[in-house]
Amino acid sequence: MSLLGNLTLDAIPYHEPIIMVTLAVIGVIGLAVVGLITKYEKWGVLWNNWLTSVDHKRLGMMYIILALVMLIRGFSDAIMMRAQLAIATNGSEGYLPPEHYDQIFTAHGIIMIIFMAMPFMIGLMNIVLPLQIGARDVAFPFMNNLSFWLTASGAVLINISLGLGEFAKTGWLAYPPLSEMSFSPGVGVDYYIWALQISGIGTLLTGVNFLVTVFKMRAPGMKLMQMPIFTWTCTWANILIVASFPILTAVLGLLTLDRYLDFHFFTNDGGGNAMMYINLFWAWGHPEVYILVLPAFGIFSEVISTFTGKRLFGYTSMVWASGAISILGFVVWLHHFFTMGSSADVNAFFGVMTMIIAIPTGVKLFNWLFTMYRGRLRITVPVLWTLGFMVTFSIGGMTGVLLAVPGADYVLHNSLFLVAHFHNTIIGGAVFGYMAGFAFWFPKATGFHLNERLGKYSFWCWQVGFYVAFMPLYVLGFLGMTRRLNHTNNPDWNIWLYIAALGAVIIFVGIILQFVQLYVSIRDREQNPDLDGDPWNGHTLEWSTASPPQFYNFATLPKVHDIDAFTDMKDKGIEYQAPDEYLPIHMPRNTAAGMQIAGALGIVGFALIWHIWWLAIVGSVGMVVALIARCYASYVDYYVEPQEIAEIEQAHLANVATVKEELV
Amino acid sequence: MSHSAEGAAHGSVKSYLIGFVLSVVLTAIPFWIVMTGNFSKATTFYSVIALAVVQIVVHLKYFLHLDFSVRGRMDTFAFLFTALIIVMVVGLSIWIIYSANAMMM
Repeated sequence: MSLLGNLTLDAIPYHEPIIMVTLAVIGVIGLAVVGLITKYEKWGVLWNNWLTSVDHKRLGMMYIILALVMLIRGFSDAIMMRAQLAIATNGSEGYLPPEHYDQIFTAHGIIMIIFMAMPFMIGLMNIVLPLQIGARDVAFPFMNNLSFWLTASGAVLINISLGLGEFAKTGWLAYPPLSEMSFSPGVGVDYYIWALQISGIGTLLTGVNFLVTVFKMRAPGMKLMQMPIFTWTCTWANILIVASFPILTAVLGLLTLDRYLDFHFFTNDGGGNAMMYINLFWAWGHPEVYILVLPAFGIFSEVISTFTGKRLFGYTSMVWASGAISILGFVVWLHHFFTMGSSADVNAFFGVMTMIIAIPTGVKLFNWLFTMYRGRLRITVPVLWTLGFMVTFSIGGMTGVLLAVPGADYVLHNSLFLVAHFHNTIIGGAVFGYMAGFAFWFPKATGFHLNERLGKYSFWCWQVGFYVAFMPLYVLGFLGMTRRLNHTNNPDWNIWLYIAALGAVIIFVGIILQFVQLYVSIRDREQNPDLDGDPWNGHTLEWSTASPPQFYNFATLPKVHDIDAFTDMKDKGIEYQAPDEYLPIHMPRNTAAGMQIAGALGIVGFALIWHIWWLAIVGSVGMVVALIARCYASYVDYYVEPQEIAEIEQAHLANVATVKEELV
Repeated sequence: MSHSAEGAAHGSVKSYLIGFVLSVVLTAIPFWIVMTGNFSKATTFYSVIALAVVQIVVHLKYFLHLDFSVRGRMDTFAFLFTALIIVMVVGLSIWIIYSANAMMM
């Protein structure tokens, strides 16, 4: 028994040139970042204003930065797979050996869902939701910081697997018996388990946090049915998080017992039943896709309503359609495994329930169309993403209804048709939504505008690239190509594989353009500031604050009488009224406890992956000690004095006045 | 900011006593049904189940203070939603796995 458990120098994949080059590039970039921070002496700023921050807006931006970094990693995986499949035709082996290719498609799935889409969604929710309901922060600001660091801890683990050991070769679902010790004896599945578990706890805490926030911290006068629609869809997503993430935690816990303590929950022998894993995994997995897409629906609603200059059509039906989707989302999961071989009754029930979900989703689509009807739509970047979504997601939805027919599913199950379908809904639905939200709220979060022209270029690359990359996969599915193939030998498939690879390149250009857009916008931030904090003539309370918002959000809590609370204030002419006097504001202090707790848990995860038992004990003790220390900390809050508030508010009102004069 | 003022009421001695007496009665009856042994198996089974469900409702009302008042509504809906999800996930899972097993026999 070595002091480092199973960890030896052999765990570093020296023999894989692709990985070693990647690691070298990451190392160089990392060193460059460290060098730049040191050169400009920003370590203090980074630590005090960001890493230890409990401010929901800062945390939201860190979530989105994490999501963008992981997008690069996840997309690198994607384009490597498309390149491999375009090269490895007619029986040639391509450049990715199967054991590496298997890790890539597993990592691609987990990274894109758990470490790109989820942080992106949670980041937007963090920045926007408290502002929309007129709250000064979330209910538990420290827990919010802890949630972020737990997510980051999971992301760090999954990235360590790149250079130390391997990642799971099982596909992102890690179905047993393949993921059991007998068939996956390496550390790959263990990396998968602990990265998911740790970030999953973070997500669960976020769900609890934001539910308490919307139920307890709405501005005076705001009824539940007056919450902005994005807040509502996030609330449904949070209800789903709280209801479904424990299932994932439990099922991964059972798999952990199988792998570490020789239990037999899902093994072939000893009375195990692998089908139960598949069943429970999807009992989480299906609600999870609604967790991703419901907030995106909320973003589209906000964008369409704002840029048509109209009230959202059918607010109430939108809220209840989201609720119906949330509850129905819990009775459809078997459609992921129609072919498991349950009875015809079971398949019929789940098939019908799945088709029914198309109805509330259709309600939403018509609501957006009716909102646009006779509106004066301003074609901005967020609107482009929204229009792109409406077309693309409809196609994805229709192929979904097709797959909901069990008979059709028996033909298309596990084929590239399925892969095309879920990319169609997740990219066309969730990712387009986050991109729209990113462009929509960017000025609010940062205080300056994104470059509009580059944003449009990027959108068109994404939109065109999406169709070029994924429509061929529908065809390939019909031609009988199954998913997760490493190389092919069927001349009929070649042309479609080439087209799909071209599509991935076009999306790649779109992603590059987004980063160029970010760079250009930050470089020119002095020329395009968002002075008055209301760049789009917004409807909801987040636009009443400065850009970036005051760190306490609202000097006095707004009184709400309408769904579009800010529009209501503008109509009454009271949108920028300064109160007679400011009262002290109670604020939470920054803390490093979140980093300590999540960091210790990350060390525990790493130790368990490599069976370094002493380190797991040390990490656990460290985590508990950090938690107890935080519980007894007394230096956790302070008051902002009225003098300081008055100065900040007057600066904001002066900016507003400047903009108004320019308009006149 | 007083947090104890929010949320559902905490009940009185009287309501706790009512709940307690009802629970004792609802426990005693099934005991009696089983102990006498005069009833058919089906009758025994379904009466015990029915009285158990009634007792759950008694517990929820008198001990957990779930009701439809403005203050308690949120807790009640949260409970009902959780119950619904658990019933659906557990119930459907049993159905799925049971059917799959039956097909493999």
